[in-house]
Amino acid sequence: MKKNKKGYFGQYGGRYVPETLIPALEELEREFRRLWKDREFKATFRALLKDYVGRPTPLYYASRLSEHLGGARIYLKREDLTHTGAHKINNALGQALLAKAMGKKRLIAETGAGQHGVATATGAAMVGLECEIYMGAEDVRRQALNVFRMQLLGARVTEVNAGSRTLKDAINEALRDWTTNVRNTHYVLGTVFGPHPYPTIVREFQSVIGKEARRQILKAERRLPDYLIACVGGGSNAMGLFSGFLKDEDVKMIGVEAGGKGIRSGLHAARFAGGSVGVFQGCRSYLLQDRNGNVLGTHSVSAGLDYASVGPEHAYLHDIKRVRYTYATDREALRAFEVLSKTEGIIPALESAHAVAEAIKLAPRLKKSAIIIVNLSGRGDKDVPQVARMKGYNVKL
Amino acid sequence: MNRIEEHLSKLKAQGRKAFIPYIMAGYPDVKTTEKVFSMLQDVGADVVELGVPFTDPLADGPVIQEAASVALKNGLTLKRVLSLLKSLRRSYSLPVVLMTYYNPVYKYGLSRFFRDASKAGVDGLIVPDLPPDEADELIEYSRKYRMATIFLAAPTSTDDRIRLVTERSTGFVYYVSITGITGSKIQITREMEKMIKKIKSYTEVPVCVGFGVKKPQEAKRIAEIADGVIVGSSIVKQMTGDLRKLRKYLRELRKAI
Repeated sequence: MKKNKKGYFGQYGGRYVPETLIPALEELEREFRRLWKDREFKATFRALLKDYVGRPTPLYYASRLSEHLGGARIYLKREDLTHTGAHKINNALGQALLAKAMGKKRLIAETGAGQHGVATATGAAMVGLECEIYMGAEDVRRQALNVFRMQLLGARVTEVNAGSRTLKDAINEALRDWTTNVRNTHYVLGTVFGPHPYPTIVREFQSVIGKEARRQILKAERRLPDYLIACVGGGSNAMGLFSGFLKDEDVKMIGVEAGGKGIRSGLHAARFAGGSVGVFQGCRSYLLQDRNGNVLGTHSVSAGLDYASVGPEHAYLHDIKRVRYTYATDREALRAFEVLSKTEGIIPALESAHAVAEAIKLAPRLKKSAIIIVNLSGRGDKDVPQVARMKGYNVKL
Repeated sequence: MNRIEEHLSKLKAQGRKAFIPYIMAGYPDVKTTEKVFSMLQDVGADVVELGVPFTDPLADGPVIQEAASVALKNGLTLKRVLSLLKSLRRSYSLPVVLMTYYNPVYKYGLSRFFRDASKAGVDGLIVPDLPPDEADELIEYSRKYRMATIFLAAPTSTDDRIRLVTERSTGFVYYVSITGITGSKIQITREMEKMIKKIKSYTEVPVCVGFGVKKPQEAKRIAEIADGVIVGSSIVKQMTGDLRKLRKYLRELRKAI
């Protein structure tokens, strides 16, 4: 993408962190640039994506869903089929290898839904590094199974009780840990957010999604899709998919934020619909904040989208109107969760269900020849107990 | 020269060291902030660091996080902190540095912020999440309004970083004593002494040390190697207790520095 100033996408991005971390970010940038060109590193990464993660993931034509909606042909990019069940592993594994190559002894990460925590714990176990995961107390409660999963993988899970006890507080705590242990620790940021170079590194590690999808759709349909749809929390699965098509001007792209209980209710995480430009946790981007510049609490049924800001490259793509950003409410996402389960036998993550919800709205309005690719960024097993509780089933977990 | 530069260079000429206490505006309440502010003037603080509460203080430890959260509940927005300072300015003249995260200032609007901060009597700024590389605009306004821009140097700072930080700092350079957050345990080591010497070799601007200074004995040792000592968390911790004890503690710190 076009950058005006180092680490910027238009006016968004930058490196707004305490001085203690700046040398570590400079080192990270340098080492990433070097290794991302290094044939051996790339070969190792590629081999692991194939044999360990299970890539390429299929691009699946969802015929029953398409027929059910009676419009466009919907393809699902099946990131839910990766090892650990979400796209997060692409980045976590890449950064684990990077950290190992940099001689770091310990990985730390934040996690919201728990998917990035699980992916980082997995990466740490695979390359043989210590691992500590920060997770908001509220998310620990919502995602109990993933907490145990991380522990099983040998990671220490630290519950964060500060602030709103969700993802943003987990990031604050991870940054505090990193500030303290920066000499031997690598911070595996889970999304295209934070101080430069993270938005770029994470996009590069996730770009495999878009590269594969582009090749796969050309093979299946002999043409490019009309629409790409992806959910946007921080925005890494969306950036991964979109980055493969940014130069294809006829491919329209839609990013779906968490509409929670609706924008007017104030209980949502729709940064473009309800936020303004601010500086938060390392970069300048759209932010849900009050008029005094304090960060607002967010709400979403999906822990992975429940965050007050959004990746700076998304902010840029929003402003230049390359990507259209919309939102799906909790209710719409829950409905999509069930529709996909029943029509295709695929239970999506609640995050990904937001993207499916947009496809449900869009597809019937399009011609039957139109093609949509939905990024099915993760599987929904982790969300089943929560959805069951919401529907009044008594599931003990 | 602004008030900080003037005062610190006077101290330097006299061979004395600066005592720089930190308090969080509006913690535990505005009344206590006012009382302690007057106490700081009485005991002979050289510069006061006035904290602006923020929802996500990522450079701060638990003590200041908690203080920020209480102060926010008390309604201490950046705007109110400025008007609090403005009213304090009627009775007190000691130099004040605002310690704030960047977003409240950014949201306020830099041009409006500097106008109001200058009227309120702010003498300098410490913005822990704004490294000098990102501070072009802030520096430009600061020079115009004759406010000091105090940047942080850290134990991890490379020579290039030290050069940049010292070039852009006015008033003083804030040396972060440890790799860590505010209120951590300080370790006064040879390495720290070497870093301070190195920073001083780059600049004439005084170098003051903070993060984790608690005991008067520690303050004394730091004052031997730096131009000033910043004490935050351990003062903030005592603001909810008996203020006579706090006064005694502040006097001990002053004596040690």
